[in-house]
Formats: sequence, C-alpha cells, structure tokens
Amino acid sequence: MLNALLAMAAIAIVLGAVLGFAAIKFRTEGNPLVDKIDAILPQTQCGQCSYPGCKPYATAIAAGDADINRCPPGGEEGIQKLADLLGVEFKPFGGDTAAPKAKSVAFIEENTCIGCTLCIQACPVDAISGAAKQMHTIIAAECTGCELCVAPCPVDCIDMLVIEEKITNWKWKYPVYALAPVEAAGVAQ
Amino acid sequence: MSKLYHFHGGIHPPSNKTQSTQRPIACAPLPSKLVIPFHQHVGNRAKPIVQIGDHVLKGQKIGQSEGQLSSAVHASTSGTVTAIDMQLVAHHSGLPDLCVTLIPDGKDEWITHNGVDYQQTSHSELRHLLRKAGVVGLGGAVFPSDLKTDARHQKITTLILNGAECEPYISCDDMLMRERALEIIRGAEIMRFMLDAAEVLIGIEDNKPEAIRAMQLAAASSGDKMKVIVVPTIYPGGGAKQLMRVLTGIEVAAGVRSTEKGVQCFNVATALTIYRAIQFGEPLLSRIVTVAGNVRQAQNFEALIGTPIDELVALCEALADTNGYIMGGPMMGMPLPGVHVPVVKATNCIIASSKKLFPPPPPAMPCIRCTRCVDVCPAELQPQDLFWFAQSKEFGRAQEFNLFDCIECGACSYVCPSHIPLVQFYRFAKSEIRVREHDKQLADQARERHEYREHRIEREKLERAERLAAKEKSAQPAVIESLTPQQQVELATLEASRAHIRELAKSEVEHTVESPGN
Amino acid sequence: MFFSPFISKPDSVAQIMLKVLLAMLPGIALYVWYFGPAILVSITLASITALGTEALMLKLRHRPIMPFLKDNSALLTAWLLALSIPPLAPWWMIVVGTAFAIAIAKHLYGGLGNNLFNPAMVGYAVLIISFPMQMTQWIAPHGLGQVELGFFDQLEYIFFSRLPNSVSLDAVTMATPLDTLKTHLHLDQSVPQILGMPIFGQLGGHGSEMVAWGFLFGGLYLLAARIISWHIPVAYLVTLFFIAAIFHLADPHHYAAPLFHWYSGAAILGAFFILTDPVSSPTTNKGKLIYAAGAALLTYLIRVFGGFPDGVAFATLLMNICVPLIVLYTQPKVFGKKDQGLDKKNKVVKP
Ligand code: SF4
Ligand code: SF4
Ligand code: SF4
Ligand code: SF4
Repeated sequence: MLNALLAMAAIAIVLGAVLGFAAIKFRTEGNPLVDKIDAILPQTQCGQCSYPGCKPYATAIAAGDADINRCPPGGEEGIQKLADLLGVEFKPFGGDTAAPKAKSVAFIEENTCIGCTLCIQACPVDAISGAAKQMHTIIAAECTGCELCVAPCPVDCIDMLVIEEKITNWKWKYPVYALAPVEAAGVAQ
Repeated sequence: MSKLYHFHGGIHPPSNKTQSTQRPIACAPLPSKLVIPFHQHVGNRAKPIVQIGDHVLKGQKIGQSEGQLSSAVHASTSGTVTAIDMQLVAHHSGLPDLCVTLIPDGKDEWITHNGVDYQQTSHSELRHLLRKAGVVGLGGAVFPSDLKTDARHQKITTLILNGAECEPYISCDDMLMRERALEIIRGAEIMRFMLDAAEVLIGIEDNKPEAIRAMQLAAASSGDKMKVIVVPTIYPGGGAKQLMRVLTGIEVAAGVRSTEKGVQCFNVATALTIYRAIQFGEPLLSRIVTVAGNVRQAQNFEALIGTPIDELVALCEALADTNGYIMGGPMMGMPLPGVHVPVVKATNCIIASSKKLFPPPPPAMPCIRCTRCVDVCPAELQPQDLFWFAQSKEFGRAQEFNLFDCIECGACSYVCPSHIPLVQFYRFAKSEIRVREHDKQLADQARERHEYREHRIEREKLERAERLAAKEKSAQPAVIESLTPQQQVELATLEASRAHIRELAKSEVEHTVESPGN
Repeated sequence: MFFSPFISKPDSVAQIMLKVLLAMLPGIALYVWYFGPAILVSITLASITALGTEALMLKLRHRPIMPFLKDNSALLTAWLLALSIPPLAPWWMIVVGTAFAIAIAKHLYGGLGNNLFNPAMVGYAVLIISFPMQMTQWIAPHGLGQVELGFFDQLEYIFFSRLPNSVSLDAVTMATPLDTLKTHLHLDQSVPQILGMPIFGQLGGHGSEMVAWGFLFGGLYLLAARIISWHIPVAYLVTLFFIAAIFHLADPHHYAAPLFHWYSGAAILGAFFILTDPVSSPTTNKGKLIYAAGAALLTYLIRVFGGFPDGVAFATLLMNICVPLIVLYTQPKVFGKKDQGLDKKNKVVKP
C-alpha cells in the first residue's frame, strides 16, 4: 500500500517536473491569443472600435474587456471569425458602433493641399508621403482607408474614394441559379 | 508507336466540329473599325504609347509591355487612332477595359519589318523578338511566349505541340494544321532550338485524320526529331496537363511548372505565330477563329485582332433566333457581354447560341452523391465535396481538398444528374480565396507599417532625449578652472540661458510625444 | 446569364431512380409468382404513403413539391421497405414504417441528398423493434403452406386481420429460411439435416432463392447501365462469401454454405439496391469497398450470432454511421500529387 502510494507520488513528481520544464522551455513569446485575434482584425487601425488601433482592441478582447462586435471594417464576417475563435455566440453590430462601409482609399486634392504635414502625423500606417510646404500624396496601395487623415486637414482637401469594381479586382459572385427550392418557396407562399 | 498514357475521367460530348471544317479558312475582310484591348494576355496590362489622332501603320506597336509578365500590343492594320477608352471586352465580369479604337485607312500599309535567321541568333535575342512581337499562347491561356521559351533555368527534354483541340465546335487548330502544317513545323523547329529540347511530340486527337496526315508529311520534312502522335478523342484531352500526361506520363499539379519536369507545351497556332515573328518579324496581328453554332454556314476565318465579333459573325449569317455569343467552346467558353466585343488573342471560337442549341439547364436538385462527377474529373478531385465546401463557404476545407487543382473543365457539371452549376461554385471559391489572400497580405502590410510607425515614434522620442543629454555634456568645458575669470562669467550666463531653454524644450518634447499616442 | 459549361448530359435524378425501380421489377415478379400478390398490395400502400408523406414534409419545409415528388426517390424508399417486411403484415405497419422512413430518416436530416441513414432501413429497423411479432408473418411459398390464400383473402387479412373460416395463421405463414435455420440449430440439428426440409431450395429458401435471382438480374442491369459501380456489390458478396466459407469449412454442421448466405434473406437485394444508395454510402471507391466489406461482416455476424432474423438492415445502418469517417480516410490522391494526400500545408486561408 505504502509502496504504491510512494510510486504514485514519484510518478506525479516526475511528470510535474517534466511539465514544468516543458512550460519553461516551450513558452510562447507574448500572448498567443492576442496575436490570433489580431490576425483576424483587418488592421485598418481606424480606432472605430474606440481603441487606439487593432492591437489594443485585440488585447482588450483577449482580456475580456471588449465585445467582439466593435470593428466595422471587419464586417460581420470578422465578428463570425472572432466568435468561432473564442467559442462564443455571434453578435450583430451594436448600436454605438458605426455601420460597415464600402472599402475606400483617401485621395488628396493636390491643388488645394498646403503641405501642412498634419495628415502625415495622423496616418497610422505612414501611407502619406510629402514634406513641409510641399504637396502631399497618398500611396493608394498602402492606405487602409481609416479616414484618420480626413479630419486634421485644415483645408479639407482629403476625400475618401470608394474602391470601384474593375476588371482587375472583380471577383466571381456566389452562384445564383434556378434552384428548385427557392422557386417553389415563392410559389408556396 | 510510342506508349500512350491514360488520364482519369473525361467525357465524350457531341463534337459538332464538322460543320466548320467543310470550307477552307477564309480571310475576313477588313472591318469598319478595330477595337484593340491593351490587356489580352496573362500579366500586366500593356501601357498605351499612341495618342488619339495618331496615324499608325500595320504592325506598329501601340501598347508597351509593362514589367516582366506582360506583352506588347500592335495595330492590326494601318489607320487612325480615334479613341483610347474603356470598352466592353471578352471577360467574365462583363466590365469594360482600356482599348484603342482604330479606324482602318484601307491601305493595310505595313511598318518596315524583317526577320532573322534563328540559327544565327542568340536565345536571348530570339526571346526579345518574341516579346517585341507580342506573341502569347493562342490555345486560350495567352501566356507570354518569350517567358515560356526561356530554358535557362530548367533542362527541357520534351517539347509538346498541342493540336488535340478537344472542345466541341472549335476547329481552328484542325484547319490550321491541314492548311499550314509546314509553317507550324518551322515554328516548332525554332522553339526546339530555343528550348534545346531533345524531342518534339505533336499530339493530335484521332478525330482529325486530315490534320494528322498533313502534319505527318510536314514533320517528315524536318531535320529535327519530330513525331506526330495520335491520341484518343476525349474531353479534356487537349488540356495542356492532360496532353502532357497522355504523351509522356508526367503529371503536373497546380502551382508546379511543367518545365520543372522537363516538359514544355505549346499550341500549334502559337508555333506558327512564333515562326512568323522570327522569320519575318511580323507581330501577332491576326488569328484563326472558328465561327459556329447557330449560323447558316460555320467556317474558320483569319481575323485581325480587334475585329468586332458582330462583323465576323455576319460573314456566316447568324440565324434569327440567336440569343447571344460565346467566346470559346461550350465547355469552358464565356458568354460575351455584347455584340461589339472585339476578337482578341485568346479568341479561338465564336459560337452563336440559341435556346435550342444551349437550352438553359433544368432547375438544380440537391447533390445525391452519385459520384458521376468523380468518375469524370480529370484532376481526380472529389467535385461533390468541393461543391459542398464552396457552397457553405468553407474555403479552408476546399483548399485542403485541392480546389486549386481543378482546371475548370466543366466535365463534372456536364454529367451531374442534379444539374448543379458545380464549376460556378469552384470559380466563386477560388476567387474568394484569392481575394482573402490579397486582403491578408494588405492587413499584414498595414500591421507591419503601423508597428514600424509606433516604433519610429518611440525611437524619435528616445533620440531627442539622447541628443539633449549629449548636448548638455558637450556644453561642459573640460577644465573650467583654466579659463580667465571673465570667460568664466560669460560661461555662467550662457549656462543659465541654456538651462532655461532646456527646461522649455523638455516640456515640449513630453508634449509632442504624448499627443500622437492618444 | 448562365456560364459554361453550356451543355450537359441528358440525365436526371428522376431517371436514375426510375432505372433502379425498373431493375427491381424482375425480382418483384418472381416474388408474386412464388408468394402471391400480397406484396403488390404492400408496395402500393407504401408508395402512396411515401408520396403523401413526402408532399407533406416538403410543404412543411417550404420546398417545391412537384420537382421532388417527381424525382422517384420516395418511391424507391417505399419499394425497398415493402420488400423487406412480410407481405401479410397489417396495413398500418407499412404505413407507419414508410411514414417514419420519409419524415424522420429523410426529411428531418435535410431531405434528398442529406440523409445519413438509408431511410428504408430506418423504417425497417423501427418496425422490427416495435412489432417483432408481426414482422415474422412471412407467407409460405407457393406449394408449401397448408392452405393458400387467394388475393382477396390476403387483402382481407392485411386490412382487417381476418382469415377465412377454419384457417389458422400458422397455416398460411412460415418462418423465413434464415429463421428456420437458426431455430433448428438451437435444437441441436445439423445444417445438412435442416437444409433437407422442404422450405429450403437448391441454394437458399424455396422460392426466395428465385426472387434473389431476380434481384441479381436487376442488379446486373444496374451495373451495365452504370447506375451503380461494381465496388459495393462485389465487395459485399465476396466478403460475405469468404466469411461464410471460413466458418463453413471449419464446421459444416453448424455453419451454412456461402451460397446459402447469398441466396437467403436480403443479401442480393442489399448488395445491389440497399447498400448502393448513393446518398448514404461513401463517395470514394476505396471507401465503397471498405463500407461494403464491413456491411458483409456485420450481416454475417448478426445472422449467425445475433438475435434478429436477417442482418442486412442493421449492417447497413451501422455502416452508414461510419461513412463520413470512411470517406475522410480514403481520399484518393489527386492528379500530379500522387505522393501527398489532403493539402494541409498549402492552405492559405484558415477556415
Ligand atoms: S475598428 Fe479599426 S482599429 Fe478597431 S480593430 Fe477594427 S480596424 Fe482595427
Ligand atoms: S492615408 Fe488617410 S485614410 Fe489612408 S491610411 Fe493614412 S490616415 Fe488612413
Ligand atoms: S454528379 Fe452531381 S449529384 Fe452526383 S455526386 Fe457529383 S455533384 Fe453530386
Ligand atoms: S471542373 Fe474541376 S472538379 Fe470539375 S471535372 Fe473539371 S477539374 Fe474536376
């Protein structure tokens, strides 16, 4: 009896030591949950979630301080992905968050720009190039469409342009076809 | 007779090719206008290098290739540029693309051009000539040929000429092989030279006996080792991957280049274009187009790139109940968004459609997992599973089940007893996945730039603090005692004012550092 | 606007199902010849119930009624069920069984194409568990019963449970050959002895073996018409043969010969018509082989060691459960990737 107990205790100690060692040895840097959440967030860095960027929002979600339905650029699909990751219910957008908008990029009216550099300071991803007293331009490929540069501009020369569907960015639509069920559902009602 | 391999699946739809092989290839008359898109190939759109009002000569370059993966575009006849704008083109989206409109002057006046003796020319010079001539694959994939003839990185043992032409209705390659076999073989010799391939295999389906005979005759005249191989007629036996498999037994998965396995495959029409580009310096200005379907007399035409299809179809007289046009074959072709859409380098066939010829499919039923689609899939996929994943938008699972190996041949949709538009679902899923990949890249890039920016702000703050500290230090003279009393007084006042400024600066630094963080 | 391919093979679900129904006709004809027309009554009853339930369920689920009613799949379920239960079973049993099969096993799982289990076999299982007594009232084959009922007498019994005067139920019904074998084995008789009884024929039961020939004939037609692939019938029958052969060779006095197992019970019907139901069977060829072999093993075990008269239905249902797993683990290699299975590493977008 005693022997058995001792053996059990020994095994427990060894296993505990191995686990403890493994925890130290294979410790993951940072908080993997925050990174996983951050990977889902669209990285627009717009602050519409009321956090100063995507990473802070991710941190807040991971800590349980924020709801998953606060990121408009991520859309409902983003909420669904967060819900799947965290194993919680899907939640539609709340009343206080802005509605998702079509993706757009900022565009500077070059004749009006006075070169004040205020927009450069506002842009979270350094997508604006230009120097003091010189005309500024937005690098469209790097602009996330966060609109943070729009408000600071003293001469209102920044417009948000919705990205149009062109041959280059066109995608196939979800097939809609003469599906027997849909047709007859109409007939039945 | 060399051993033929077999690929899984395949179907035998009614071929409907004989209607258009009754008459020889005719040269389509000069159309009233030409609409030449700048994007007719895989890769970047060509950059316009002409202006409205310019008079251009036949063969003059009007679009410059942009970047490595791109191709040049030329004026198909002499005339005046009247517009450079967005026009409807042959694309699944039905969206317009940048085109040049050319009103022919009727003189068909060539720009000066001359060919080279390929055997006396370096490989890189030959590739340059192909690029300059805007030569792309004419089998439908329109991949720039200069890139495909580049054998610097891989050793090519087998060059395959694809004359299988498995899609119903299309007979342009068949007629081309019957009538211009010799030129095709000359082109093949040039390609073999460029690739340094050991052998050339020409695959032709056994439903084209006349083309086979003509090609055999022509191949016999060549000094190179060329073999015409008759392959069984089956759809999609003319797919590059399927033909490679049949002729050599080699299978090439999605995302893998066939050259890694020592094989390169060209369409027969591309061979002819390469010949004309090298031998005579003629850019790609025209191609053979089959006009078939709901027309009085189907026929093949040599049509200029840019010919509006309605002018081409008019030569065959479309019947009254024609309800649209399809570019390509009935299995993989695309419905055209308008009747003025121009012939492009990829246009192998125009089919006039009617309700009778292509009745709309009956209402779809649920998938009953009958696996008829599995039996015919040449990529050996599980179409019913891919359909399920695409329908429920489980894109990750779809990729896991090798969605991207699907060649969109349509064999599965053809046999499905439930009439589910399977290929549509695969196209949708593939395009969604590509968009997501792109979005993810953008997000990663944005995250990186954002992190970099925060890092930079942090560093600037540090640097400023350091600079101040350094200044303070350098301001201290090494030995104050050695200075004269007067100098010491001056220094003291200087120090005092500096200290004051430092105070001010410090508070300002704190201020500016804090503000962006909020 | 519709997209390529613009042409399709003239074929439809309804046609496929219709061909399967046609393929059952020879077997049914022989059934009538040997056991009288009662089976036609239950087939008709089952068909009417199936179509009625189908229509009702489609309406409740807001699905189009006509396209699905015309797809013949409900009829197929009805016929299979009718063929698996005794023709003299009371009318309400066939109605309950069929309604259950269509409403629960088919529509609650999502309707055509989505049912995990073979609906007809679910119906059968429900009946045999709920009404074991009635499920043993098989008609004695032509020439073997003490009394033979005419068509109207059969009708009267099915609908009103009334037999003509002075005829007892035992006089017209009989246990199935498989059942007889089992009971007599318990009485310590040996197989050769038992098979000498008049109820047995050349290979299986008297009469029922001929019906099995009929179904075999229909099954071969299905194979020839490419409605079904060879994998399931071949794997099923071959496995059943081998297991039976092993036991038979080991102890011929206790275990019947392989061909007896083929020709009795629902083995042939199962191999060609029940297990081949596309919806509830695996989609991969390797999977089909495993599925059918597993079903054969279970059939044999249930027949010989289990408590139920025949094992086909339960074997089918048990294997149905395994189908998703079988399919997942038998994914064939795709073109150009013969050295790799599912594409886990090239996956870019996480689900
Ligand atoms: S709302 Fe804006 S800042 Fe917040 S997570 Fe979404 S994209 Fe990022
Ligand atoms: S340019 Fe303007 S809209 Fe675009 S990312 Fe920068 S701040 Fe946001
Ligand atoms: S052919 Fe159609 S019904 Fe049959 S398994 Fe494939 S997708 Fe399903
Ligand atoms: S379209 Fe794709 S899935 Fe369908 S048969 Fe062709 S390769 Fe297979």
